[in-house]
Amino acid sequence: MLWELFVIFFRVGCLAFGGGYAVMSLIQRETAGTGRIGIERFQEIGALSGMAPGSIATNSATLIGYEQAGLAGAVAATTGMILPSLILVVLLAAFFIRLHDRLSVRSAFYGLRPIITALIVYAAISFGFGAQTESGQLFGWETLGMLLICGGCLLAIVKYKLHPFGVLLLSAVAGIVIF
Amino acid sequence: MKLAAVTSAELRMLPQIFIAFLKIGPSTFGGGYAMMATIEKEVVERRGWMKTEEMGDMVSVAGSAPGGVAVNSAAFIGYRLGGVAGAIAAVSGITLPTFAIILLLSLTYSFFKDYVKVQAALKGIHAAVVALILVAAWKMARASLFDTLTYMLAAAALAVLLLTNLSSVWLILGGPAIGMAVMGIRQSRKFDVRTEPASERSEKEAMLPEYYI
Repeated sequence: MLWELFVIFFRVGCLAFGGGYAVMSLIQRETAGTGRIGIERFQEIGALSGMAPGSIATNSATLIGYEQAGLAGAVAATTGMILPSLILVVLLAAFFIRLHDRLSVRSAFYGLRPIITALIVYAAISFGFGAQTESGQLFGWETLGMLLICGGCLLAIVKYKLHPFGVLLLSAVAGIVIF
Repeated sequence: MKLAAVTSAELRMLPQIFIAFLKIGPSTFGGGYAMMATIEKEVVERRGWMKTEEMGDMVSVAGSAPGGVAVNSAAFIGYRLGGVAGAIAAVSGITLPTFAIILLLSLTYSFFKDYVKVQAALKGIHAAVVALILVAAWKMARASLFDTLTYMLAAAALAVLLLTNLSSVWLILGGPAIGMAVMGIRQSRKFDVRTEPASERSEKEAMLPEYYI
């Protein structure tokens, strides 16, 4: 079980381009998508992970590991998630500092970045509304409340430049009021 | 690669590296942009471990490797200062606090989760996280979508994600493959080989890839 968790998150860690939010869709497909955990539980884990410092993806890995196999599971999943970054950064730092000057590397990222954009958009859709779609309650008060809070947060971040943590706190209050 | 030959000076650095990143760890809230400033302050200004000019190398490496930019930067600086052992010390340092915080947070939540109001608060936070993801998507789109091919790639990838169960591995390998193929053809035909959107941002801002969260 521990090895399995390590392998799943090692695989995710190897593909974790674009940082936290893009990786959430990979994690969702590898865990909730394969029935390892429920989609609603995944949303809970994601919300908790978003509140803590650090990458939302690594935090989710920690919590999923913990849920599946206790503290050892949390360590296995987190290590699996981080190890590929550690190995690759050390290799890059040792051999390819000036990687970004090469056209081949820039071309690869030229092709990769749109994919990451899609992954992040997908993360917003599936993480946001996956459970509601699955239970057939996509068009209800719950979704409306969510959209309201979500829109308010966007306004707060983009227009009023509020710090993300302040946004999370306010939306917790809004959640208590609405739901 | 500095692997086996750890000098005694490097060995003495390890606890310092660990502690420096232990302090940075909890402040990595909000991701990439905010965190770079914290790292620069601690590593460049306070401890004099790196020069400001080297931050560019760090961002380039941290941004091209998979994983969060915080952990990657830690690994890069740790490696520069103390070889592989230094990288491990730095990554453990930056990870441990968040590891503990998220577990505590989750335990606290599971203790209170039967209260309706706590669940309602979490639902609100869930919606806020969706908003944060959308902001990240917008920033990433601005940094990546600027010509027909990039728009088509993003649309095709989103369709694959929404409509099929195809493993994301294929997308993450396929995107760079298409990018390299197209750029190869354009270069051989002496066409324009711009790989990034024209940027009106200053050098300093361009150095901080805020879309890596």
